[in-house]
Amino acid sequence: MKHVILPMLFVVFTHLSFAQEKKDSTQQQIPKQSSNGTAQEAVYRRPFITSFANTSIGGYAEANTNYFSENGISEGFSMEMRRFNIFLYSSISSRVKLLAELEFEHGAEEISLETAQIDFEIDPALTLRGGILLAPIGGYNQRHDSPLYEFVERPLVTTQIIPTTLSEIGFGAFGRFFFGDFIATYDAYIVNGLRDGVILNGEGRTFLQAGKSKEMFGESHNGVPFLTGKVALRHRKIGEIGVSYYGGVYNSFRKDGIVVDKKRSLQIAAVDFNATLAGVLIQGEVAMNSIDVPESLGELYGRKQWGGYVDIIVPVLRFAVLEYENAVLNANIRLERIDYNVGTFSSTGDNVFDDVTAIAAGVSFRPTAQTVVRANYRYHWINDLLGNATVRRAGFQVGIATYF
Amino acid sequence: MNFYSLFRAPSILAILCVIVTTSFVTSCDTFLPSAPSDADVLSGTVNDLTPEQQANHAKGDTEFARVFAQADGLGPVFVAAACENCHIGDGKGHPLTFLTRFGRMENGTFNPMREQGGPQLQHRAIAGYIPETIPVGATGVTKLMAPSVTGLGFLEAVEDATILALADPDDANSDGISGVPSYIQPPDFFQPLPAHHPLNGSYIGRFGRKAGAIDLLQQTATAYHEDMGITSDFFMHDVFNPQQGVFTGDNVPDPEVGSSVVRNVVFYLRTLKAPQRRNADDPSVKTGEQAFAKIGCAGCHVPTVKTGKSEIAALNEATIHPYTDLLLHDMGAELDDKYTEGSAKTAEWRTTPLWGLGLSATAQGGRAFYLHDGRATTLLDAIKAHGGEAARSRERFNALSETEKQQLIKFLESL
Repeated sequence: MKHVILPMLFVVFTHLSFAQEKKDSTQQQIPKQSSNGTAQEAVYRRPFITSFANTSIGGYAEANTNYFSENGISEGFSMEMRRFNIFLYSSISSRVKLLAELEFEHGAEEISLETAQIDFEIDPALTLRGGILLAPIGGYNQRHDSPLYEFVERPLVTTQIIPTTLSEIGFGAFGRFFFGDFIATYDAYIVNGLRDGVILNGEGRTFLQAGKSKEMFGESHNGVPFLTGKVALRHRKIGEIGVSYYGGVYNSFRKDGIVVDKKRSLQIAAVDFNATLAGVLIQGEVAMNSIDVPESLGELYGRKQWGGYVDIIVPVLRFAVLEYENAVLNANIRLERIDYNVGTFSSTGDNVFDDVTAIAAGVSFRPTAQTVVRANYRYHWINDLLGNATVRRAGFQVGIATYF
Repeated sequence: MNFYSLFRAPSILAILCVIVTTSFVTSCDTFLPSAPSDADVLSGTVNDLTPEQQANHAKGDTEFARVFAQADGLGPVFVAAACENCHIGDGKGHPLTFLTRFGRMENGTFNPMREQGGPQLQHRAIAGYIPETIPVGATGVTKLMAPSVTGLGFLEAVEDATILALADPDDANSDGISGVPSYIQPPDFFQPLPAHHPLNGSYIGRFGRKAGAIDLLQQTATAYHEDMGITSDFFMHDVFNPQQGVFTGDNVPDPEVGSSVVRNVVFYLRTLKAPQRRNADDPSVKTGEQAFAKIGCAGCHVPTVKTGKSEIAALNEATIHPYTDLLLHDMGAELDDKYTEGSAKTAEWRTTPLWGLGLSATAQGGRAFYLHDGRATTLLDAIKAHGGEAARSRERFNALSETEKQQLIKFLESL
C-alpha cells in the first residue's frame, strides 16, 4: 500500500497549496483550548482549512517519549512517532465539500484511511454526509486530533470503552440550529458497524476496539446496519453537552443467507461535556456499553462496561517568548476510571473486577494554538478480573504535537 | 526588564527545559511503583539461569500469558482462553475456571466416556458451536481447581526412585498411610529418561490432582488441547462437542501452535521458582511446624525431598521443601468424587504440594479456595475434610488445644 500512497502524496504535495504558509491566520481558526466550537464541526475546525479555496492539504504530527514501570518492572525509555496524519480538504462547490484523513500510526506500522467524507449542504439545519466518517459517539471520537489536547494519552474511556478512533462507512445527515447564544446540533447515520471480534478476541475480554476491521469499509458482515447519532447543545460562552448513541448487531448471525446464530447486539451510550468557567476548561465524558454475550462466555467476557474521565485545564501563564506573543502554559489534571466487566461471579457472588483507575497530571506549553508540548505523569491502579492485588503502573511522558 | 519580557529571553526558556528534563530523568524511580517483595509473589525464576535460559523463560512467559482469540484457533469448545486465565500470577485457580471431568463406572472399570466428549467438560464455545454438558449416564463428576504452577520444575526433577522410596502400599510401618505411585500409560510423544522406572509400559505420574501426567510436556500439551482447544504438534486434532452432532473443529488450520511454543511454556514452568517461606522464624510458626509433624501430616505432606540430575543448575540435585510425596492416598468417602484417572482409585488423590499455600488467596481474588474443588475456604475446613488415610491425623488435630491449632494454621500460612 505504501508504494501507492507515497507517490500519490508527493504529487499532492507538489501541486497544492500548503497551509503553513498562512501561519498567522491559523490562530483564529483553532482555539488555544480544545473545547471551542461544537464537536460536530471539529473536522472542519482545523488550521489547514483557511479558506474555501478549492483544495488544501494539512495534517498533524505527534511524537512522544515514554517511561513506564509496572510493579517495579520497566522496559525503559521508548520513543515513538505515534501519529502522522494528513488531511485533504476540497470545496468542490459552494455546497459540496470533501474531507479526508490518512493516518500513519506508530511510524508506518499502521496506515489507514480514517476519514473520507462528502458533505452536501442543503441548509445549515440539514447537510447530507456519506463516506468514511467519524461516528458521533462521545465527544472525543469526532474531535480526536492530538494537538487539541493537553495530555499525551487519550482518555481510557475513549479507547477502551468507546473504540476511538471509530471510523465507519456510512450515510446520514447532520445539522445545527441557532437560538440566541445557543447552538443545537444533531447527527444521525447508518453505518456498517463493529464485528465479531468484540468477544473471543486476543484481549480475553469484551473489547470493542477488537470489533473493528479493515473490511468494515468494504461491506457489512451481516447486512444489518448500526445506528449512531448524537444531539448536543452548546452555549457560545460556556460550553457544550452532548448525548450520543451507537448500536447494532455485531455478530455474523447469517452466512450465505443461512441463519447460523442468534442476533447479538451491542449498544454504547455516552454523555460528553466541556465548559469554560473563569478561564478554566473542564471537559469529560462518560460511556456505558451493553453487549449481548453468549451465555457460556458470560463472566469471562463482560456484558456491561463503563468508563469516564474528566480533564481540568488551567491556563497558569500567558506570556511572550521568542517570537510567540501569546504563548500559554497550562497546568492539567485528569481523573479517569474504566470497568471492563460490571457484575458478580455466579459461583461466588463476589464482584467481577477488571477495572482501571488512573490519574494524570502535567503541564502543557502552547507557543501557538496549533502546537503543544506536553509533559505528563500518569498513575494507574489496575485490578484483574478476580480483584487480586492491585497492579500499579506509572510513568512519565513527554511529547509534542502540532498541526501543519 | 519587566516580568513578561523576561520570558522573551531564549536562555530562560532553555534553562527551564533543562530543569524539567533533569527533574524528569532523576525523579523516575521516586515516582514509580516498586516491586512487591519476592516472598509475597509466586512468580519469578529459579536462581542461576544462564542468559539463554532466561531468554527461553521469557518466551515461555509470553506464551503463558497469550490470550487465544477465535481467529487463533481457540476452541471450538474450551474452558479458558489463556493459561493465565486459570493460573493468574502463576497461582491457583478460581471457581470461574473450574475444570469439570466426568466418567462412568462400569463393572469396576472407569469409562471416561470419550465418545460423549469425556473426560473433560468444555463448557464454553466459540460462535457457531454449543458448549458441552455433562452427558446422561455419568456416575462420577468432579470439579478441579487449577493448582499453582510454581516450583513444578523441582517436582519434575524428583526421580522415580525417590517417589518409590516414599511409597508404602501395604502400610508396612502401620501408620495408617499407604501411599502408592500413580501409573500412567504415556502418550505417543513421551520420551523416557534414565531416571524413569516404568512398570509394564506405564510410568509414574506426578502432575494433576490424580497424578495423571508423567511430565510437564504431557501436562502442558494436554492443557493446550483440553482446556483451550488449541491443537499442537502433540495433539493434532481439535476437541469438539459430539453432543452437537457436528464432528468438526474450528476453521483454523492445525496445528494451531507449533511444538516449540508448547516447549517454551514447558521451559517457563520448569524454571519458575519454588514459593518462598514467610515468617519461618516466628516461634509460633516453628511450634506449628512441630505439631504438623507430630500429628502425622508429614507422613503424606513430606517436607523435604531431593531432586535428581538436571541440566538446569538450580534444579540439579537440589534439596526442596514441597510438602508432598507425589503419591496417591485414599482420602476417604468425604473426598470421593467417583471419578478417576490412570491407576488411581476414585477416592485417591495425589498429595497436594503445600508450598505456596499461604499465598493461595493472592491469586484467587483475595479469599482462598482450598482442596481439589475449592470447597474449603479456610485451612481449618480443609483439614476437617481430610479422611481415609488422613483420618488419624485429623483426629489428632482435633485433639490439639486451640493455641496449638492456631500455631499449626500459622505454619501452613507461612508456606
